[in-house]
Amino acid sequence: MSASYLTDGFTLRSWFLTTDHKRIAILYLASITAFFFIGGAAAALVRYNLIVPEGMIHSAETYNRLFTMHGVVMVWFFLVPAVPVTLGNFIVPLMLGARDLAFPKLNLFSWYLFMIGGVIVLYSLFTGGVDTGWTFYTPLTTAYSKGHVVATVVGIFISGFSSIATGLNFIVSIHRLRAPGMTWFKMPVFLWSLYATSVILVLATPVLAMTLVLLAFERIFHIGVFDPAMGGDPLLFQHLFWFYSHPAVYIMILPGFGIVSEIVPAFSRKPLFGYSFVVWASISIAVISFLVWGHHMFVAGTSLFSALVFSILSYMVAVPSAIKVFNWLGTMHKGYIHFDAPMLYALGFIALFTMGGLTGLFVAALAADVHLTQTYFVVAHFHYVMVGGMVSAFFAGLHYWWPKITGRMYPEMWGRAGALIIFIGFHLTFFPQFALGYMGMPRRYHSYSPEFQVLNVLSSAGATILAVGYLLPLAYLTWSLFRGERASDNPWEATGLEWKTASPPPTENFAVTPVVDSEPYNYQRPRGLP
Amino acid sequence: MSETALPRTFQYTSAQHQSQTAVSGMWLFLASEMLFFGVLFLTWIFCRHWNQTGFDIGARQTELSLGTLNSVILITSSVTYAAGTLFIEKGNVRRLIQLVVVTGLLGLAFLVLKFGIEWHDDFEKHLFPGEAFAIRGAARAGAQMFFVFYFVATALHGLHMLVGLGLLVWIIQKARHGHFFAEYSTPVAIVGLYWSFVDMVWIMLYPLIYLVGRST
Repeated sequence: MSASYLTDGFTLRSWFLTTDHKRIAILYLASITAFFFIGGAAAALVRYNLIVPEGMIHSAETYNRLFTMHGVVMVWFFLVPAVPVTLGNFIVPLMLGARDLAFPKLNLFSWYLFMIGGVIVLYSLFTGGVDTGWTFYTPLTTAYSKGHVVATVVGIFISGFSSIATGLNFIVSIHRLRAPGMTWFKMPVFLWSLYATSVILVLATPVLAMTLVLLAFERIFHIGVFDPAMGGDPLLFQHLFWFYSHPAVYIMILPGFGIVSEIVPAFSRKPLFGYSFVVWASISIAVISFLVWGHHMFVAGTSLFSALVFSILSYMVAVPSAIKVFNWLGTMHKGYIHFDAPMLYALGFIALFTMGGLTGLFVAALAADVHLTQTYFVVAHFHYVMVGGMVSAFFAGLHYWWPKITGRMYPEMWGRAGALIIFIGFHLTFFPQFALGYMGMPRRYHSYSPEFQVLNVLSSAGATILAVGYLLPLAYLTWSLFRGERASDNPWEATGLEWKTASPPPTENFAVTPVVDSEPYNYQRPRGLP
Repeated sequence: MSETALPRTFQYTSAQHQSQTAVSGMWLFLASEMLFFGVLFLTWIFCRHWNQTGFDIGARQTELSLGTLNSVILITSSVTYAAGTLFIEKGNVRRLIQLVVVTGLLGLAFLVLKFGIEWHDDFEKHLFPGEAFAIRGAARAGAQMFFVFYFVATALHGLHMLVGLGLLVWIIQKARHGHFFAEYSTPVAIVGLYWSFVDMVWIMLYPLIYLVGRST
């Protein structure tokens, strides 16, 4: 057994040319963190602007560029890749009982693609930016917008192929590299979730890629595939864009489901309630996610019939999502619950995701959506799912696997404090936006009517608390790298093959290939309890 | 050749395990590529539906003879490559190299005809969309849009061909250095999948460019 993967070479070369999935995960973790705080800084400026009705930033154009930057960076360079490329890269082979992913060089290549795309996007955003919103609607984007549209689109296009590479690697690895005895229905749910996520990554991302090619071509050569003035069709763009971008929200949230499904049983000391329901829910979410994109276009002039069908299909996604929430609650029921930081983050996820999901039903309803779609209600809804839900789940997973990744424990008290501050800050930031949206405050504008000010100030105040909540883990997790208590191989006494190797794991993960002979989540109630 | 001497990296239990995995990876990549080009075909057909007159006028400006010749060349190249994979499965490295060289030359011929001659003529005839676009009148917008698709599609297909040619060179190099034999030729099979896929993209493009517009 060689030394841990962290001490296996200290040169820059041993990091930047590594094919070890664990080191690549660390490279990604550093990049993702940088993008998260860049996107977060843009969001902070957006909230700063909205403190007063006329806007703290004088130019509406600057404001447009800020929220576009926030959207582009957060969606493509944090939310979509975050869990798969960091925790997924690190944990998937360990959970499978494998020594690496199926294609390690492709994995490294994907990081370079991601960084090239990211640098191009950052360059274009810092040298003038884009004012189109992250959705790049035509013909605004192709004919009227000033700014570095083409460069931004090229960056997203390139990083898209890193998504495809990651998804492809996971699908093939899960099919081909499971440890002896690990049948499909003995796989932990995290693997199932990433499998479902990867299917979407591989099948939806190329659709966006081609759409962006046509968009860039149209903008450069002034020809209208999507421009009605030249015989094109802007709705065609919206259809293609949302055919990717709606499944993309499930790319963001499905890995979160997987993380929470690992943590809730481990900290309730009970097997996951209704394992096969959770698995089938993941698969059906991935399938249905491809059939609901039209709900972004209810007011765009699609036919009433198609709107009706998309509305019904959108309601259908709620079913598997709710199944999962009930399964997590069922797992906790009569469990022996430990409120450690990962569990607190996971509970935060369940609460915030449930609120985000239920308000999603409001906007899936045709009549309500007509009123709500252009308002802050939608902003609040998707931030509850994406930020409240997904980022909480990411932190839950990061804390849960931190001892495995680094070999150090994070400081428990600070971890719990971080979870609480994020939960409170999040509600304070986004709950007022539901009210604002219901009252009719339109989104995307840099100024607003004075009667909305109180709620906007509340929201901006919440954003500062949220910022503290996000900076806190950055501080104490970094501290723990050097001063944290040494972690044992399995500090949570959790099941799952990743806990059967050392913390941090050796380069080859397992000296002897592990054999799976029991059901997943084989947790027992501690003895001597009533 | 004993099983242990075959190339394999440490996460696989056997060389066969690894080679089958590599093949499934390529299939999955091609599924992704199919959606990439699928969107192009869908958008093309959708736009033609709304601008049929312009599209058909545009399509009639294309060189049917060159397109047909290129189709024959490309399909033949897939045949020669497939023959090469059969020979290496019997351990005949020399035949493999010869057939892959022929495949590469056919691919090169395609690129010369497509970009050296056909594109050149298209530019001469001012068929590239823009101010100087040759077709005027009511059908101008539609015809221009046809040529948007024509240039985007052929450029992307050409890029895929270039990648394919690079892969062929790689296969030839590996074969010359004795990396392939009857028991092991996975990279040959994988590149074959890719080459045939690029061929099939052209089989979709050929009617879209040269035939459909001439049918009315």
